Amino acid sequence: MPKATVKVPTPLRPLAGGVSEVALEGSTVGAVIRTLAADNPALQRHLFTAEGKLRNFVTVYLNDEDIRYLAREATPVKEGDIVSIVPAVAGGAPNSAREGRSSAKLVGIEPTVQETFSREELRRYSRHLLLPEVGVAGQRRLRQAKVLLVGAGGLGSPTALYLAAAGVGEIGLVDFDAVDLSNLQRQVLYTTADVGRPKLAAAKERLEALNPGTRVVPYEERLSSENALEILRSYDIVVDGTDNFPTRYLVNDASVLLGKPNVYGSIYRFEGQVSVFDAKRGPCYRCLYPEPPPPDLVPSCAEAGVLGVLPGLVGVLQATETVKLILGKGEPLIGRLLLFDALGVTFRELKLRKNPHCALCSADATQKGLIDYPAFCGVPAPGAAPKTGSVPEVEPEELATELRSADPPLLVDVREPEEWAIAHLPGAHLIPKAELPERVDELTRARALVLYCRAGTRSADATRLLLDLGFSNVRTLRGGINAWAEKVDPSLPQY
Amino acid sequence: MKAVSVPRSILNEMKTHARETYPDECCGFLIGGLPPSELESTRGISTLVRAQNEFDGERRRRFLIRPEELRDMERRTEREGRAILGFYHSHPDHPARPSLFDQEHAWPWYAYIVLSVTATDVPEVGAFELDADSSTFHSLPLEVVPTAAPSPGVAGG
Repeated sequence: MPKATVKVPTPLRPLAGGVSEVALEGSTVGAVIRTLAADNPALQRHLFTAEGKLRNFVTVYLNDEDIRYLAREATPVKEGDIVSIVPAVAGGAPNSAREGRSSAKLVGIEPTVQETFSREELRRYSRHLLLPEVGVAGQRRLRQAKVLLVGAGGLGSPTALYLAAAGVGEIGLVDFDAVDLSNLQRQVLYTTADVGRPKLAAAKERLEALNPGTRVVPYEERLSSENALEILRSYDIVVDGTDNFPTRYLVNDASVLLGKPNVYGSIYRFEGQVSVFDAKRGPCYRCLYPEPPPPDLVPSCAEAGVLGVLPGLVGVLQATETVKLILGKGEPLIGRLLLFDALGVTFRELKLRKNPHCALCSADATQKGLIDYPAFCGVPAPGAAPKTGSVPEVEPEELATELRSADPPLLVDVREPEEWAIAHLPGAHLIPKAELPERVDELTRARALVLYCRAGTRSADATRLLLDLGFSNVRTLRGGINAWAEKVDPSLPQY
Repeated sequence: MKAVSVPRSILNEMKTHARETYPDECCGFLIGGLPPSELESTRGISTLVRAQNEFDGERRRRFLIRPEELRDMERRTEREGRAILGFYHSHPDHPARPSLFDQEHAWPWYAYIVLSVTATDVPEVGAFELDADSSTFHSLPLEVVPTAAPSPGVAGG
């Protein structure tokens, strides 16, 4: 059967898998077009009437001839023919004034204040309305804006509060955690009474109490390659408040693919970073970091600790950038990476350039869709068996029994001295994980070793290291000292 | 943010076209760069090209751009790495909102700018887009920016 190239017009490309042309088999023009519609059901209504006839306002050309002047749909197709679908564009004034009134909402260029805001809203936003850079038009833009926050933690908390206060019309929140007592040191969306509740339920309540005019849409799920495009699609701006690299790359890639600006923030102990990645106007996160760091190099807040005020500061900078993008005012942090050091109180700025060979956002991009992010970052997939499964483990209760035996194993604490000071197991030997390679001589190969940390991740890595160095009798305490406190010795604090 | 951005000079050209053509309807192409990656974000209009209203009948209430003209324009813009981002037309003595006829004959994705025009004035301008399921038009924020970006190529028409 002959194959023809079908040219898809711009407005129908999103409904045809984004392609501008496609090669299809068919003996007639009608057969070729119907195959196209069958392959892309969303096209059906735009090409054919309910009765299955080609719509009046669709014109089809075979090479350069309108098929109405050939044999219409029965026009035969030869190998290599080009079938072009061209929309005819028509319109006109309403038939009556009544029809005009019942149609879509009018968008005037300069709406009057009364059309736009209630008396109460005018009061609420009065300090914005006084600013020439915001005014009624800017406040209306804020109300029309839809912002998605990925992560409702340390960064997402202040961002969400200020965006709701500013009158942003819709805030989407992606998070699947419950509020933990250890969150309250920095996650100011939540109160002590919220501990144990799902974060999004508490956040929605808090934000809607702050501003009933803001619609809060919760997405209580892990952002993944399967759902990211769908979730991000209806938002104007994405704010990255994630705490891990796989999600950070995912947020970046989905934002670039959808053409959305991504307001990026990250924190580490006393240092923060902020930038705006908008691939249309500047670099993306991949231009800055084409590859993720090795999985163990950058610990999370839970492992490394963070100054509670720091995410507040960074999150508020992200909110500021978001509001500026919505208003279209000022100089956004596009192509600039702002670095903040809380200890020295210094702000530095680095110029970022678009990588002309960026795999994602350059002209010769090779990546056209989302990928497997946990694999890309070298970490286990969410929900998969944790890495500790690959090294010998010991359960807390089991270890307690062994420690009471005649030949107890030697305990090695691989945490930091600050953590040791919070709590440690009696008789343990402290060697922080980073120092282990140099201090391995302090350990004897003759005795059984059990390594532990806070929750089991670092000690599993350290166990792997010792096994690689030839230690044979070494295990990791499953769940770390927190599991020990839960199951064996409740007098120890969990942190 | 999904919106249409139009330089003031181009908005003025549209208004002039609407007044010149009154009491008939005017129509034309809105041309600009195609947003990268996905086909949905701000449409930055950089060029306006007048089209012939080819409607065979009552041109005071109807307009039609012939497919040949559209196809030629698509080819011209494609050669220049740009695209037809939408269309404008006028509603003489009627509000600047899409009519049912507009809706029935509209295409998704394109931006439609509608100008209400009277004998003396252009009192309203609105921007709209057809919902993906073609059920209704929704309004698009219309951003009027101070200066036109340089527009080589398809100006005129």
